[in-house]
Amino acid sequence: MKAIAIVPEKEKIIRLFEENKADICRNDSPYLTALRLEALKSFALAGYPTQELEEWRSTNLQDALAEEYNFYFTPSEDDVDVREIFRCEIHNFETYLFSQLNGWYVYKQAPVTQLPNGVIVGSMAEVFRTHPELVLEHYGKYADVENNGFIALNTMFAQDGIFIYVPDNIVVEKPIQIVNIVNISENIFLQPRNLIVLGKNAKLTLVHCDDSINHQKSFINSITEFFVDEGAEIDFYKLQNKDYLSNVITNTFFHQKENSKVNTNTLTFNGGLIRNETRVCLCGRGADAKVYGLYLMDKEQHIENQIYINHVAEETSSYEMFKGIIDDNASAVFNGHIQVHRDAQKTQAFLTNKNILLTDTAHVSTKPFLEIYADDVKCSHGATVGQLDPEALFYLKSRGICERNAKMLLMYAFGAEVANKITIDVLRNRIDNMMVMRLKGELSICDQCVVHCKQEEKLVFDIDMSKL
Amino acid sequence: MSLLEIKNLKVSINNKKIIKGLNLTVNASEVHAIMGPNGTGKSTLASVIAGRDVFTVTDGSIHYKDKDLLSMAVEDRSREGIFLGFQYPVEIPGVSMTNFMKTAVDEHRKYNHLPALTAVEFLRLMDEKKKMVEIQSNLTNRSVNEGFSGGEKKRNEIFQMAMLEPTLAILDETDSGLDIDALKIVANGVNKLRRADNAFIVITHYQRLLDYIVPDFVHVLFEGRIVKSGGKELAYELESKGYDWIKQELENQ
Repeated sequence: MKAIAIVPEKEKIIRLFEENKADICRNDSPYLTALRLEALKSFALAGYPTQELEEWRSTNLQDALAEEYNFYFTPSEDDVDVREIFRCEIHNFETYLFSQLNGWYVYKQAPVTQLPNGVIVGSMAEVFRTHPELVLEHYGKYADVENNGFIALNTMFAQDGIFIYVPDNIVVEKPIQIVNIVNISENIFLQPRNLIVLGKNAKLTLVHCDDSINHQKSFINSITEFFVDEGAEIDFYKLQNKDYLSNVITNTFFHQKENSKVNTNTLTFNGGLIRNETRVCLCGRGADAKVYGLYLMDKEQHIENQIYINHVAEETSSYEMFKGIIDDNASAVFNGHIQVHRDAQKTQAFLTNKNILLTDTAHVSTKPFLEIYADDVKCSHGATVGQLDPEALFYLKSRGICERNAKMLLMYAFGAEVANKITIDVLRNRIDNMMVMRLKGELSICDQCVVHCKQEEKLVFDIDMSKL
Repeated sequence: MSLLEIKNLKVSINNKKIIKGLNLTVNASEVHAIMGPNGTGKSTLASVIAGRDVFTVTDGSIHYKDKDLLSMAVEDRSREGIFLGFQYPVEIPGVSMTNFMKTAVDEHRKYNHLPALTAVEFLRLMDEKKKMVEIQSNLTNRSVNEGFSGGEKKRNEIFQMAMLEPTLAILDETDSGLDIDALKIVANGVNKLRRADNAFIVITHYQRLLDYIVPDFVHVLFEGRIVKSGGKELAYELESKGYDWIKQELENQ
């Protein structure tokens, strides 16, 4: 295992690529190498996105990119026993569990697992070799390197990640869970790359947990591409609970065919600087996307959600709801852009972003945006930034509830609207608990996956009776 | 010892004087009705007793159970047994009635050094009090006042009062907007909660409510002062004559 430490400035990182090309490309098909070189060209031209660009106006990466990070081009044999990390299971939450450690797929049983129903889950690096026909059709087809420098950078360097393939007409009953853990005692720069392919009428629930155990600086630049074929349905939950030293850039793409359904929920509880960019292409008639998100930020944390929904085909629909509670000196950015193409008649698109600022120094910037070229559509967009309703607070306190609990009840209610969209009961209850802990300031950076952490301490929501 | 002792109370909001030297004494077991034209300070008085901070008390004092009420936090006033039935109950989407009431009851019990109720005990208590105010719907899954009709909201106030069993309850126009059946239910709830050791202040515009909740005293609040007090007959007199004769009396003084 060889680590190379550099400050990832544009010129240095290009040189890093050139010097390690042989290592990076060692398992490549010609297509993949060509893709990397195209990305390199694109990155060499554009470099990192800067704050002069409208979409990056609020993303200050200067400090994060001035740090020195370690880059690895071969998997590390870490001394962490992965089974030890996953020793505890949440009750009744049965999943197929797969994990990544420091950006590399954890082999556990095998580099590629084929379930009895034909579903394939495996290491991205391996499936290029074992199932090229499944991968090449979609890899890099939705993540356009021209979009931004980080997509180009990931495409240049990406070596591993998680690949999932669900064949036509297969319904995966148990959710698949990906746990992405960073645990290394040094600064690290990671570029995981995931691809999820759903065949016609396939159905999958995917839970993606992002955690970190180390207390070192990290920079994660990840890409996940989803291909959702005709009539297929995916529920995708992304949980982010990172430490304050994490910089996270995620780019997620959904390519949707006729009558497919995407239901995605991004829950961010902690992090240093997080920027989630999600692009949904409703490319087939009748495709439907529900995009939800909740962010609870405090201290000096920064969260961004950049959502682009592209209504290309007619009779497509999208519903987007993001809510956030911002405390201390934290900042949040929401940019929701809905584009309705000329041929996308009978589109329905709704977008809302609601924020609560708890302090004078918390900051939020929100921009709901509609761009409509069709004439027969139903669209709406709106955003609010406010404080907790003083009338409601007084009402609660007048019943003997202390200020802290009154605020808790209101914040919980605010967030629950998003958390309630989670369709897996066990997961929803778990997220409920996490949210309460987070709002009470008791949820620190878990040492383990958020869905697995601290099982020995029984979590009880002391004011929730609704599950009786 | 009287339960509530208000002396020379003066209250203003944004430098506008609303209550201009009000005196009122309420003893345990009494029901006081406060009547008066719009904008004379009735709701302000209720709010100040409950502790709403938009009002400034510029003079005077309020003592409750011999304690200085004005220096107490809103939640402590409630825990000490003060209850305000809101004229306009607030809708709180996402906060379930059960969570809300469990939290409130828990905090009351903790304050009074009582053990917390178990879930089963609590649900039994809810059921019992729901029956008292004839609430049929399953509150468990409903958010506080959200989507409640006007009548349901008022009944919900009485329900909360029943749950918290206050020593001094102030009902701010709880009867307004109620049809006669709902009015009876609300009044019934109040009557069932009357005890020798508690008291009620009922703010109302209409004598009608007082047919069901019979007051021991009726006060007329006018321009920030109690200008006339009497027994329940006073309510009938006001109902038939309006307030003009009181204004007339004041001018003649």
